[in-house]
Amino acid sequence: MSGENKEQPKKPATPPAKPTAAKPPVPAKPPAPAAAAPPQKKEPEPPAFEKGMTDQIKKRFGDTVNIVFIRPRRIKISVEPRDIVEVATFLRDEMGLDHAESAGGTDYPKDNQIEMMYHLGSYGREDLASHVLMLSTRTGRDDARLPTLINVYKSVEYHERETFEMLGIYFEGHPRNDRFLLPEDWADIPPLRRDFRIKGR
Amino acid sequence: MASLEDKFEESKKLGLQIVRESEDDRLMTLSIGPQHPGSGHFRFTIKVDGDYIVYCDPDPGYVHRGEEKMCEYRNFIQNIPHLERPVIHDSTNITYSYSLAVEEIVGIEVPRRGQYIRALASELNRQVYTLYWLAIYGIFLGHSTMFMWPTGDRELFIDLLEALTGARVTHAYNIPGGVRNDMPEGFKDRAIRQVRYFEKRLKEYEDIFYNMPLFRQRTEQVGVLTKEDAVKLGVTGSVVRASGIPYDIRKAEPYDIYNELDFKVQYMKTGDSFARSYVPFLDMKESCHIIEQLLDKMPQSGEVRAKLQPNPKGPAGEVYRRVESGRGALGFHIVSDGTPKPYRVKMSVGSFRNMLALPFLLVGQRLADMPAIYWSLNYWPVEADR
Amino acid sequence: MKRELVSPTTFNVLVSKLSDVLVRALDKPLGYAINWGRIWSLWPVHLETACCSVEFGAASGPRYDVERFGIIEAFGSLRMCDLIVVQGTVTRKMAPRLRMVYDQMPEPKYVIAMGACAITGGLYIDSYNVLPGVDGIVPVDVYVPGCPPRPETLIQGTMLLQEKIKRSKIR
Repeated sequence: MSGENKEQPKKPATPPAKPTAAKPPVPAKPPAPAAAAPPQKKEPEPPAFEKGMTDQIKKRFGDTVNIVFIRPRRIKISVEPRDIVEVATFLRDEMGLDHAESAGGTDYPKDNQIEMMYHLGSYGREDLASHVLMLSTRTGRDDARLPTLINVYKSVEYHERETFEMLGIYFEGHPRNDRFLLPEDWADIPPLRRDFRIKGR
Repeated sequence: MASLEDKFEESKKLGLQIVRESEDDRLMTLSIGPQHPGSGHFRFTIKVDGDYIVYCDPDPGYVHRGEEKMCEYRNFIQNIPHLERPVIHDSTNITYSYSLAVEEIVGIEVPRRGQYIRALASELNRQVYTLYWLAIYGIFLGHSTMFMWPTGDRELFIDLLEALTGARVTHAYNIPGGVRNDMPEGFKDRAIRQVRYFEKRLKEYEDIFYNMPLFRQRTEQVGVLTKEDAVKLGVTGSVVRASGIPYDIRKAEPYDIYNELDFKVQYMKTGDSFARSYVPFLDMKESCHIIEQLLDKMPQSGEVRAKLQPNPKGPAGEVYRRVESGRGALGFHIVSDGTPKPYRVKMSVGSFRNMLALPFLLVGQRLADMPAIYWSLNYWPVEADR
Repeated sequence: MKRELVSPTTFNVLVSKLSDVLVRALDKPLGYAINWGRIWSLWPVHLETACCSVEFGAASGPRYDVERFGIIEAFGSLRMCDLIVVQGTVTRKMAPRLRMVYDQMPEPKYVIAMGACAITGGLYIDSYNVLPGVDGIVPVDVYVPGCPPRPETLIQGTMLLQEKIKRSKIR
C-alpha cells in the first residue's frame, strides 16, 4: 500500500490512462512501477556444487544444452534428440555419472510432445553419490522416434522397451522394440498416453 | 568333456542311430512359466544345450496392473492404498518414498516424532521383507527348514507392525505429512525384547543355512557379477552391495533422520550368489542395531503428523525422491501441474533394474544353478510389473 | 448252457448290476470315506497370481500351519493337484494361463478365490489390465474376502470348502 503513495507524485498521467477509475489513488495498479518491484519472487541461488557441474556442461556444449532447473542434488537438463547420445557419452566419461537409474516418459498433449527423461546417477564418485541428473529430451507425439542410449548406458534396455509399449516412442538402434509388460494381444493405443482413458473415468 | 562329434562316432560303433537335423537341433527351449514351483509370478524362456544355458529371455507382465496410470486419476492421498500393493510386505517403504516426494511438492514439514516412527516402521518392514525372501530362497534350494524358521520369525515383526498400524501387511501407515497414528503404550519394551530374541536367532540361521557345506557349494563362485558389470547394468540394492560397491541410500542421501543414526553399510566384494544372499543377512543384523537406536533416541512426545488440507496440491513442477527399500533404491518421480491429482507418477523400482542381470548371469551356467542365481537377485515380480 | 451264462455280455450286465447294488448299499459309508480322503489332502497348484501369495506363504508357516489340513504346497506337477487357490489379481496376461492350468488338473478339482481382487477386481477395478473377478473364467467354490485375507480367514475358507466337499455325492 505504501508504494502507491510514492507513485502518485511521480506519474500524474496514469489516472487519465484508466478511464474506469474515478478515484486517483487507484487500488489496483500492479505493473506500472517496473523499477521498484518488491513483490516479485526472487529465485533462490543455485547451490555451488551443482552450479559447477552445469557450468562444466555448458562450457562443453554451449547452447545445445538447456538447463531447466538446478536444485540441491537434482539437476535437470534438456537436449535435442539428435544430440542426446553425445551429451550422454560426455556425462558418462567426463562427469562420472556411470549408470542410468531409470528412464521414463511423460505425455504432454497440450504441446503435442512426449518428454523422455533419464535419471543418471553415479556409483563410482563419492561426491556424486546423492546426485541425480535428469537428462530429458522431447519428441513429437505423432511420429515419436528417439535415438537409443543403450550403447552408452546398458541399464536402460528394459526401460526403453517399456516406454516403447507404454508411450509409443520408437527407439532407433534398440535391439528389441517389443511387447514387454502388456499382454500379447494388446490392440489399443499405448496406455500411458493422456488420451487413453481407463474405464469408467 | 568329449565333443558331440566324438560321441556320435562312438554311438555309431555301438549300432545306435541318432538323427540330427541341424546344428540348432541340439538346443532345447524351456519355458519356466508362471506355474512353476521355482519361478514366482514371472516367466522366462531359456534355451539349453545339454546342461548349459545359452540364452535367457525374461517375460514379465503377469501382474501388470497399471499402477502408474491409476495414479493419475486419484489425488495425492487417495494414491496411497494402491501404491502399497506392489510389495505388500514391504509396503511402508514404498509409501515412504511417495510421501517424501509429495511433501516436497506440497511443501510441508514432518514433525520429528513422526520422522522417527516412520523410520522405525521402515526398518521393521525391511526385516519382514528380507525374512520372506530368505524363506523362499530356502525352499528354492530345497531347504524346507529354512522356509519354516524365517516365516515363523517374521511373525514377531508382523505382530509389532500390527500393534503399531493395525494391519499385518499393507499398512497404509505413511501418508504425506507423517504417519497416521502414534505408537501404543508398552511398544518400546516389547519391540526391544523381540529384537534381542531375533539377534540370537540370526546366529542360528547362520549355523544351519549359511555355513552349510551344500549351500556354500551351490552358491559360491556361481553367477559372479563383477564390479564393472554391476555398474554398467545399473543394478541396485543388495546386488550392487555384494559386488563391492558400498552404496546405500540411507547413507548416500540421508532422508528424514537417518543422518543422526550410527550404522555401517554392509557390503562384500566377491559378487557371487553367496555374497548376494549374505548381504541381506548382514543388513538384517544392522537393522536390529538401527531399531534399537531409533527406540532410544525417539522424542518422548510430539505430533506425528503435519496437518494437510483436504485436497493437498502444490505448484507445478517435478520432484524425484528415493528411499532404500528391501530390494534397492525405490524412486518416485512425480510431475505435478498444480491440481490435486498428479500429472505423472513414475516409479523406479529395484526389481526392474535387477531383472537386467538375469539373462546376463544365467548364460553359461548350468540349469541346476538357475534357482540359486535367480532368487539371489532379490527380484520380486509383482514390483517389477507394477 | 454254462457258456451262455458266462458270456461277455451277460458278464458285463452281471458286474454292473452287482456294482449298482454295492454302491447303493455302501453309498453312505463309501462316499463318506472317499470324501474324507479328499478333504484332508487338498493339494494346491503352485500358481502365484499376485500379491496375496505372500499371505498364502505365511499361512504355510509355522504359526498358521495349513499343513495340518493336508494342504502341502510343494509339488512339481499340477497333474496331481486338486485345488487351485487364485491368489489375488488376475491380469489379462495371466488369464489364459490360469484357464490352461485349470483345464489340466484332473477331476475332482476345486477353486478358492482369495482376496478382493479375485472376487470382483478389488482395488484395481478400473485398471486396464485387470479382470473384474475370476469367476468369469473358472468356476469358484469358495470366496475368501480380504485385502489380503489374513491366514486365519484363508483357513476358514478351506474349512468351508471341506464342508462343501463333505456334502457332495460320489457319482
